Amino acid sequence: MPGTKEIRTKIASVKSTQKITKAMQMVATSKMRRAQERMRLARPYALKMRNVIGHLTQAQVRHPFLEPREPKAVGIIMISTDRGLAGGLNANVFKQTLLLTREWQGKGAQVSLCLIGTKGLNFFRRLDLPIMANVTGLGDRPHINDLIGTVKVMLDAYREGKLDRLFLVNAQFVNTMTQKPDVQQLLPVEPMDTEGLQEHWDYIYEPEAEAILDGLLMRYIESQVYRGAVENVASEMAARMIAMGAASDNAGKLIGELQLIYNKARQAAITKELSEIVGGAAAV
Amino acid sequence: MAEAATIQVDIVSAEGEIYSGPALEVIAPASQGELGIHPRHAPLLTLLKAGEVRVKSPDGEEHFFFVGGGALEVQPRKITVLADTALRARDLDEAAAVAAKQRAEEALRDRGSKITQAEALAELARAAAQLKMLERLRKLRG
Repeated sequence: MPGTKEIRTKIASVKSTQKITKAMQMVATSKMRRAQERMRLARPYALKMRNVIGHLTQAQVRHPFLEPREPKAVGIIMISTDRGLAGGLNANVFKQTLLLTREWQGKGAQVSLCLIGTKGLNFFRRLDLPIMANVTGLGDRPHINDLIGTVKVMLDAYREGKLDRLFLVNAQFVNTMTQKPDVQQLLPVEPMDTEGLQEHWDYIYEPEAEAILDGLLMRYIESQVYRGAVENVASEMAARMIAMGAASDNAGKLIGELQLIYNKARQAAITKELSEIVGGAAAV
Repeated sequence: MAEAATIQVDIVSAEGEIYSGPALEVIAPASQGELGIHPRHAPLLTLLKAGEVRVKSPDGEEHFFFVGGGALEVQPRKITVLADTALRARDLDEAAAVAAKQRAEEALRDRGSKITQAEALAELARAAAQLKMLERLRKLRG
């Protein structure tokens, strides 16, 4: 039976690929749940932080992070994944970042980048844009420790007046099926609506208000970047889950088609053999 | 004896909620020195240094939490501890920042063939078109 052996090998190879994609899908599903849980855990901190900063800004304390400046230089912190096979997730984030870059360059501003994640670094280092800081290999459980240094580079640049705006771009986890790139302005901190704050009291500050506000704002920005990183992991896992699910389905379809071809080839061979035997018997 | 006054304590860190519940007294390592807070304390905002936060709960138990630093907010009926998960100091942060900068410089040094933004956008558009085509193919094959 010529040709059937090749088809059999092909089927076996597609089957083993399908096993891998199925396993990846299941791993991504469980990792996504854990990432979602971490997203939920990070929320109270950010909320409470916002409240406290909201109180502080009402108390007429001034800080460079709160004052808008003429945007001559813009910094973008972009979060991407370390690994691929996650559908169009990274490509969408890159595109959003490029569009943002163009928008600000069109306004005559200089754009510098801060890249988190291997995929983003590999893509953007070929571009002619300054990269101020980067960190890769955060893994599936990003820790705030790993982000502090990277964020500090951007905050210091802002303090020194080398940056006038700071944005964060990451994949937003809308739901399991949808992840879209999200742009958030980190600096200057946009005024926070402080609902339910009619009381007119001020704090006792220890040490003075400026120092506290400085410490708080720094932690606030860090927590925002951390939230972005965790959300990005959740999005990555969701995107990979969908992509690998589709890949497993496609492999299944391919196996079906190949099986059909194989059966036809086998049958054709048997028919041919039979007719040869019958033909041979008739000739005798 | 009348019910002892309590104050709500929330200890949160960026990576999760650590403790939430009523307390009779909270002792925290403020940057200017150890601080004990009872219910109906005046509003206070202070930074914390690394150390332990002690919470005395109404059932007489005492809870200990290690914080790497952070901030403490006191309102008349509520105490919020924004705890750092990381042990941090100015020079440690500085070292981390320098390392991040170095990584970026290294990454730039071996940045292979440069492409322009237009080329990058075109590459992305191509990838998107490929994805779309795959989608269409899949639909066709049903």
